[in-house]
Amino acid sequence: MTLNLRTPAVGPTIALVVAVVVFSVTTSTFLELDNLSLVVEQSLVVGTMALGQTLIILTAGIDLANAANTVLATLLMAKLVVGGAPSWLALLAGLAVAAFIGGVTGGLVTRVKLPPFIVTLGLLTILTAVSRIYTGQSVPVTDPLLSWLGTRRYLFGGIEVTYGMTVAVIMYVVLWYALTRTSWGKHVYAVGNEPEAARLSGINVRRTVLSVYLIAGLIYGIAAWQALGRVPNADPNAYQTGNLDSITAVVLGGTSLFGGRGSVLGTLVGALIVTVLRSGLTQAGIDDLYQNVATGVLVIAAVALDRFSRGRQR
Amino acid sequence: MTEPILELRGVNKSFGPVHVLHDVDLVVRPGEVTALVGDNGAGKSTVVKSIAGIHQIDSGEVVFDGEPVHIPGPREAATLGIEVVYQDLALCDNLDIVQNMFLGRERGKGGFLDEADMERAARETLASLSVRTVKSVRTQVSSLSGGQRQTVAIAKAVLWNSKVVLLDEPTAALGVAQTRQVLDLVRRLADQGLGVVLISHNMNDVFEVADTIATLYLGRMVAQLPTRDLTNTQVVELITAGRSGDIGLAKPEVATV
Repeated sequence: MTLNLRTPAVGPTIALVVAVVVFSVTTSTFLELDNLSLVVEQSLVVGTMALGQTLIILTAGIDLANAANTVLATLLMAKLVVGGAPSWLALLAGLAVAAFIGGVTGGLVTRVKLPPFIVTLGLLTILTAVSRIYTGQSVPVTDPLLSWLGTRRYLFGGIEVTYGMTVAVIMYVVLWYALTRTSWGKHVYAVGNEPEAARLSGINVRRTVLSVYLIAGLIYGIAAWQALGRVPNADPNAYQTGNLDSITAVVLGGTSLFGGRGSVLGTLVGALIVTVLRSGLTQAGIDDLYQNVATGVLVIAAVALDRFSRGRQR
Repeated sequence: MTEPILELRGVNKSFGPVHVLHDVDLVVRPGEVTALVGDNGAGKSTVVKSIAGIHQIDSGEVVFDGEPVHIPGPREAATLGIEVVYQDLALCDNLDIVQNMFLGRERGKGGFLDEADMERAARETLASLSVRTVKSVRTQVSSLSGGQRQTVAIAKAVLWNSKVVLLDEPTAALGVAQTRQVLDLVRRLADQGLGVVLISHNMNDVFEVADTIATLYLGRMVAQLPTRDLTNTQVVELITAGRSGDIGLAKPEVATV
């Protein structure tokens, strides 16, 4: 395959490399191994939520409730353990509930034929409220299994790698493989681009879309496990902008909001771009609010680029 | 004359109170192009969709390869060897030619794709249709011309050892040169022994490639005759009035007695 700017993830990767080089030159601390490890660590939870978000956006949907789903799962896991449940059961319950919420979303989208934006907007409100009804304040986590992904780490070429990072990379690779090398993956791309053509080709469109929401839900559950590893505290007010941050990562990674175009590897790069930008700008002494401005500009530029490349293809 | 590969006998179809098809007969023979013509609303699409399993007929018989068959859905039609090339070209822009041709019926074990095998089969099919306009089977469909897209859609239909191919207005959106290519392709399908049904509004196309012309008028099959026995004017009269001289519906005064 030739190197083509239109190939998914090539543009974002160049942007990421440029950002890393710029910050390495302009600040003295950016390139330190500890900092690089921290950058990856900080991308982790949003990066995992963005993985599920990518799947949904590939089907021309959107998920505004992914972070709310993740937060509810963290609370459920933490509260169950505090209530005396075995930690493996708490973990499984959290994953199951997250997947179930994904399934409900997919059901409403495919059976009732509601727009994903509306369904997940409603779920965002509901899940956020349910989390606060469930527990008024944050729940500390001391259970070793629930924090396992963040506390267990090993050295990889001098960089500290947590199990959480490893799990995230494995998930990305597995989904990349599934999307590019299996018939399920081709069906996801087809459904996102031209659902009617997919149906006439004999693809079960509803089942394909439902499978995407179910898998995304499970991924949000794993994101909850990641979150408890990173901060051993389940907080109903955490990740309030997680939904938008994950969409940012997806869009920066070159996935089209119109569906059918994009790749999960792009999202991985997109998630890293956001964190690298914030980390680098922080070390360059630039204020938090200006970092938000920079991120926003990047998102708009990324979508504009997508528009242009689509325009040229037609 | 060869035995028909596909036959409709006395097919009726209503949508609620609207009686769309009245005792429709149609004969499709292998190696022949059967043109299906008729005005808008005459029932052409309903005939095609009944054959493709998208609509269920109310009464009458569909006979495939000598056997009466029931076609409950598109998959069953495909299993028999009936493929439809839809007017709006059921192709996905974001996938390449191979992926489109195998969409929904990918080759490989347990969902894992055998790309090399599919690529080879796609190439062979295109070559067997003497398609030379497509440079690489890995080209994205979004970058193909209208004629090339039509070619891919047709190739997709014949990839499956199909016996009958129904083409819904394949040249409607094409320029002169591309129409030429697609008509040649339609002819080649028949020459390979397939039964081809061509729906068209374009009399030039019909007279150029069709062996027989079947005319629908207000849901009735008014005539199916060899092309050589018909003139352009006669077909236009059949389409617009349901009869032309002695052909077609009986004269109204006779019918009312």
